[in-house]
Amino acid sequence: MIPELGQGALLAALALAAWGAGAAAFGARARRPALVESAQHAALGVFGLVSLALGLLIYAFLTFDFAVRYVAMNTNLGTPFYYRITGVWGALEGSIVLWGWMLCLYTLIVILRHRERAHELYPWALSVLFVVTAFFLIVMTLAAPPFARLTPVPADGRGLNPLLEDTGMITHPVALYLGFTGFTVPFAFAVAALAAGRVGDTWITLTRRWTITAWYFLSLGLLIGGWWSYHVLGWGGYWAWDPVENAAFMPWLTGTAFLHSVMIQERRRMLKLWNVTLVILTFALTLFGTFLTRSGIIASVHAFTQGAVGVVFLSFLAVVVLVSLGLLAWRWDALRAQGELDSVLSRESAFLLNNLLLVAAAFTVFFGTVFPLLSEALRGVKVSVGAPFFNQVNVPLFLALIFLMGVGPFIAWRQASLRHLTRNFLVPVAVGAAGALLFALLGVRSALAVLTLALTLFAAATIALDFGRATRARLGRGERLLPAMGGLLVRRNRRYGGFVVHLGILLIAVGITGSQAWSVQTETTLRVGEAAELAGYRIRFDGLQASEESNHFKVTGAFTVENGRVRPAVMQPSKKFYRQETSPIAGVDYWIGLREDLYLVLGDFSRDGRQATVKVQVNRLVTWIWIGGGVLTLGALLAILPERREAG
Amino acid sequence: MKGLGRWLIPLSAVPVLALLAYGFRLDPRAIPSPLLDRPAPAFSLTTFTGGPLALESYRGQVVVLNFWASWCYPACYDEAPVLEEGWRDWRARGVVVIGVDIQDTEEKARKFITDFGLTFPNAPDTRGTVAIDYGVYGVPETFFIDRRGHIRQKHVGAVTHQVFRATVERLAAEPADPGG
Repeated sequence: MIPELGQGALLAALALAAWGAGAAAFGARARRPALVESAQHAALGVFGLVSLALGLLIYAFLTFDFAVRYVAMNTNLGTPFYYRITGVWGALEGSIVLWGWMLCLYTLIVILRHRERAHELYPWALSVLFVVTAFFLIVMTLAAPPFARLTPVPADGRGLNPLLEDTGMITHPVALYLGFTGFTVPFAFAVAALAAGRVGDTWITLTRRWTITAWYFLSLGLLIGGWWSYHVLGWGGYWAWDPVENAAFMPWLTGTAFLHSVMIQERRRMLKLWNVTLVILTFALTLFGTFLTRSGIIASVHAFTQGAVGVVFLSFLAVVVLVSLGLLAWRWDALRAQGELDSVLSRESAFLLNNLLLVAAAFTVFFGTVFPLLSEALRGVKVSVGAPFFNQVNVPLFLALIFLMGVGPFIAWRQASLRHLTRNFLVPVAVGAAGALLFALLGVRSALAVLTLALTLFAAATIALDFGRATRARLGRGERLLPAMGGLLVRRNRRYGGFVVHLGILLIAVGITGSQAWSVQTETTLRVGEAAELAGYRIRFDGLQASEESNHFKVTGAFTVENGRVRPAVMQPSKKFYRQETSPIAGVDYWIGLREDLYLVLGDFSRDGRQATVKVQVNRLVTWIWIGGGVLTLGALLAILPERREAG
Repeated sequence: MKGLGRWLIPLSAVPVLALLAYGFRLDPRAIPSPLLDRPAPAFSLTTFTGGPLALESYRGQVVVLNFWASWCYPACYDEAPVLEEGWRDWRARGVVVIGVDIQDTEEKARKFITDFGLTFPNAPDTRGTVAIDYGVYGVPETFFIDRRGHIRQKHVGAVTHQVFRATVERLAAEPADPGG
């Protein structure tokens, strides 16, 4: 029953979405509100039907309905309850359903927010949203159907990829997809602006908060992905420049560029063409990311299944890119810039440089990711590009971006005077220089680390200086300290929300620098009773224990750890053997601290349990990456709040 | 940029899209095996029906050695009928299909064999040594062994009718003795 019901709901949703796309577009062209209204009803229907399909799929997972092929592939009778829900989006078919459902939800919110005002762009945007939804419904019904039947119905299922049995799996894909789908809305309004020939600032004003929301969720998704990689994969890192990580990182880079460049358009009427291009690029990159993950054309640790879905995604990507760039060429004359750069020393040029750097970073990541393809196409050799390439190219770009983070928001529009420059930047430059000197004296030998920390201090100092001055101005008007500071954050939330996000990014930069520069590790084989030492920790091997869990077999090592500062404690890294996997999965054990994390991974062991290999890592400052993520969340929340600027 | 020049913008996306499309022509499953053109590692197992199963005893025939498991969806389910049909069609021409079941429970494996009505020799690799000798990454993987006992092709993922026919046809046409 469930396969037929689910497939039926999706087919009906597809028909409704197709109708909605046509009705909204025709209603916009012919100015017939009744058609637009009909499209709105269709959106409600699509949302209901896709919700039903998602609900059915969850139900099939919870009841082990192995007649549904997707359920059989991603659960087995031993899968715990919790992971039977997250298993729904553990692989391609289900994640597309989740994706489509979120898009329908976003479409409804767009309708709720814009229906009353019924701006000229709105029906066009609605039509674009329907087209994208319809595409995902085509994937769900034809290319990768989640409700495909499996015969004969097996007694038990294959089981979820064990790496996905982690609490991060409920938040990571959800956040990432909210980010990916979120960029559909600004894209839809940009295409609407091109279609309607209204390429002014309206589409940007209408979508400002959408852009921040999408950007925030994408950032969150990336951070949770890093956290998952760090504490599940057991290699002690949080970022590997894997194609799939890159796939999410590229739209983040262009989305960040877009977030900044729209400010120039709002303020100076410049960069119209650039902004439209950036939002098209960002949306195209979200599709490209999915294409990359799902098509299997590039080998990756995340690789999902391959098949027809790759072709379908590539075709849609081609349609999106060609149609939207075609529209852009069509409206070329209207998009041409009106403003001009007055001076190199201005906020406009700082923002422009920021944009160029971000897009350059996105381009290098793109180039590195598709390089294996390029190399095979041109020379017939499969070569892949590793982390060293990405690091070498991107580290200087990111250092320059941190510097600009200190400059851009505080330099004057149009042209900065010398007096203005000294007033705003003398102190921060001094702070940065003093920091560099201090770190060098403290014995930091890595020049790269000194430079990064100095730039970070500089950027943080500019923010502190600005906030301090604004607070003092309020104190001068008789306000008390805390209300003055709180008032600033709330009343000028857009500006200060942005600064808080910047502080979050700076903390993340500190965490990355620290972990790259000062982490140490060792790998050693110990007999029972023997101990290893690393960075002041003494790790003694006490023995192994085996246990049978609900869906896997587990071997746990016991290690007593002491470091003189805290009481000795036992850490228990493990190795889990799943029958659906040929190689075991590491169960990492770690202590997390502000200064450093201690991280144990169990390696090979002898069958009698008298000897085991253990990898010990002391990872420095990694926690600041997660703290930075928290700060970034606060800043994004602040920036998303409606603006309540004080008069005057 | 005036007139037609502006249309260069959408056109500039075409090479990138073409490159991505080219990706489909490649086969990411074509994983080279160091065992290719080497003698196939010998093994002897006991089949599910209790008989002996030794690779040696098939010397002179083309052997299609398939590693599978009952929990392997969908690939093992897709290829099981293909293998059975290939076995029936080709056994008269000196081709034998051998199934080796790995990392499985006997009960579920037997149900799999019954469900698909498999008749070719099938044995559980209870100690996992055969899979290790052949460097099996995951299931299904299939090795095509020629009449001289050399591994000639490794296929990762479900075997299709085309793959089976094309490979077996080629190997069956070769003489058993390289000199003759």
